[in-house]
Amino acid sequence: MALLEARGLHKRFGDHVVLEDISLAFPEGRLSGIMGPNGAGKTTCFNVLTGGVRPDRGSVVLGGEDITGLPPYAIARRGVARSFQLMNVFDEYSALENVLLAAPAVRTRSFNMVHDLRRDTGARDRAATVLARVGLGGKERMPAGRLSYGDRRALEIGLAVAAEPRILFLDEPTSGLGADGTARLAELIQELRRVLTIVIIEHDMAFLFRLADHISVIHWGQVIAEGTPEALRADPWLARSGLGAAV
Amino acid sequence: MTVGNESRTLAAGWLSPGMLVAFAVFGTLPLWIEHVGLYRYLGVEILIWCLFALGFNLLLGYTGLPSFGHGAYFGIGAYAMGLTQFHLVADLWIGLLAAMLAAAVVGGGVALFISHRRGIYFALMTIAFGQMFFFIASKWTSVTGGEDGLLNIARLPARLGVVAFDLTGNLAMSYFVFAVFVVATAFLWRLIHSPFGKVLRAIKQNETRMAYLGYRVYVYKWASFTLSCAVAGLAGGLFAMAQNGAYVQVMSLQWSGVVVLMTLIGGGLVSFWGPVVGTVVYFLARDLLGAYTESWLLWFGLMFMLVVMFKPEGLAGLWQEAVARHAAHRRARAGALQPAASE
Repeated sequence: MALLEARGLHKRFGDHVVLEDISLAFPEGRLSGIMGPNGAGKTTCFNVLTGGVRPDRGSVVLGGEDITGLPPYAIARRGVARSFQLMNVFDEYSALENVLLAAPAVRTRSFNMVHDLRRDTGARDRAATVLARVGLGGKERMPAGRLSYGDRRALEIGLAVAAEPRILFLDEPTSGLGADGTARLAELIQELRRVLTIVIIEHDMAFLFRLADHISVIHWGQVIAEGTPEALRADPWLARSGLGAAV
Repeated sequence: MTVGNESRTLAAGWLSPGMLVAFAVFGTLPLWIEHVGLYRYLGVEILIWCLFALGFNLLLGYTGLPSFGHGAYFGIGAYAMGLTQFHLVADLWIGLLAAMLAAAVVGGGVALFISHRRGIYFALMTIAFGQMFFFIASKWTSVTGGEDGLLNIARLPARLGVVAFDLTGNLAMSYFVFAVFVVATAFLWRLIHSPFGKVLRAIKQNETRMAYLGYRVYVYKWASFTLSCAVAGLAGGLFAMAQNGAYVQVMSLQWSGVVVLMTLIGGGLVSFWGPVVGTVVYFLARDLLGAYTESWLLWFGLMFMLVVMFKPEGLAGLWQEAVARHAAHRRARAGALQPAASE
């Protein structure tokens, strides 16, 4: 049984059907990729899985528990973390403070009105470890708003990692990154995949085909092809559709 | 420039240099205020409104939620202070506690309706509720005294075990209000550096992201609103003592606007002490400009417009900028003297 499963997801906005009948399974320890052209429903699919959008039909099951339509905070607390395509960090806070907030240990104490977070060396050390892991060692005190684009992207992922998730969703992590940034990101993901179950939505086919164990291709709100990168490369249907052209 | 500026430069804990300065100024206020041509009662009034504005800023500056109906909770605190001593028990501490609780309970009830909202919708709802309470207070004559107000609220003695301090004089009242201010300020300072305070400021920056990190955002917004109402109620209770009465005017939209004005002009968005600066400026403008012209509020309003247009971070923002520029200048000079010892 997969760690997270989507069964027959259907979603329409007005008379526009975005998800037709999507079933996906993400087994523990696998790096899964989701690809497809713009407007194929990838991000809506992500939003349904992580709680921003409630599906009209179908269900989302995490570790045997039905989490369909739960609000984002409830899904996050069950161990689903996500990064955002558009940069979404706390600009006024330092990199370290950003990561601190994401830590479940801090969240469970978040109604404490007396304790001084700046003196909690345990939590700060763990947060610093996360920053070092995503390549932001030495930038702990830098306000997130002043980090470079690539560093903000890394912090974005750092936030999701600090949440100690069971499954990590990355929404177009390479968007806006140059070749160097993309290479650095690939390294980071290689590092993270050893301990985390990861799902990536990606535009950059080369990037996804190099990293993923398994890829689902979404088009017109449906899963039109699935398999390992090798299998997909050989898929004549996919080759003809032009989706695999970049590979 | 962020609200967290002090937190990076000053020691945390229960005290900070800014706090020591504020305490030194306000603590000695009764000793010198008459020598600079002002009067003791003004000091009492300023401290009470400072307290109100600091509590208000927990909501506006730290959580990023604009309330334009906060005068209502200040007024509810004032009425609760009077009603408790008239109908329940004539005890200062119970009166102040009742003032806080009444405002917190009413504010907490309102917050249930508005904590799922943000931005303009949140602001409009606070006005609607504020106006509702204003009209209830002005029409419910049997309880609130209506337009006349609740008169003859006594300044009860502060009993501390075996000793009791008489607060009927403005000197004693000054010190008492100062003592309450110290305790409340220390609590608020501590609160904004606690995990709870961090969460509030994070919600201000990015509410959606907080939800995806597992935070139930509306609960924190509810708590922030309720806490700031409790502080408003406490300030209102003190105000009823100071004025020997509770009047409906403070609940009006205009007075709710005044606390927003004080908080913004002082720089509540970027500094813990902004609301205090703004309150002092407001009262000094009222008394000093007011001595020259009836239309002092016009000039104060113009000043507010200039601040909002050219320096939305307020007076505290100007100050922080000056300090930063000075530090940069000093660094540059030090660098010029010892080019080898850069960074």
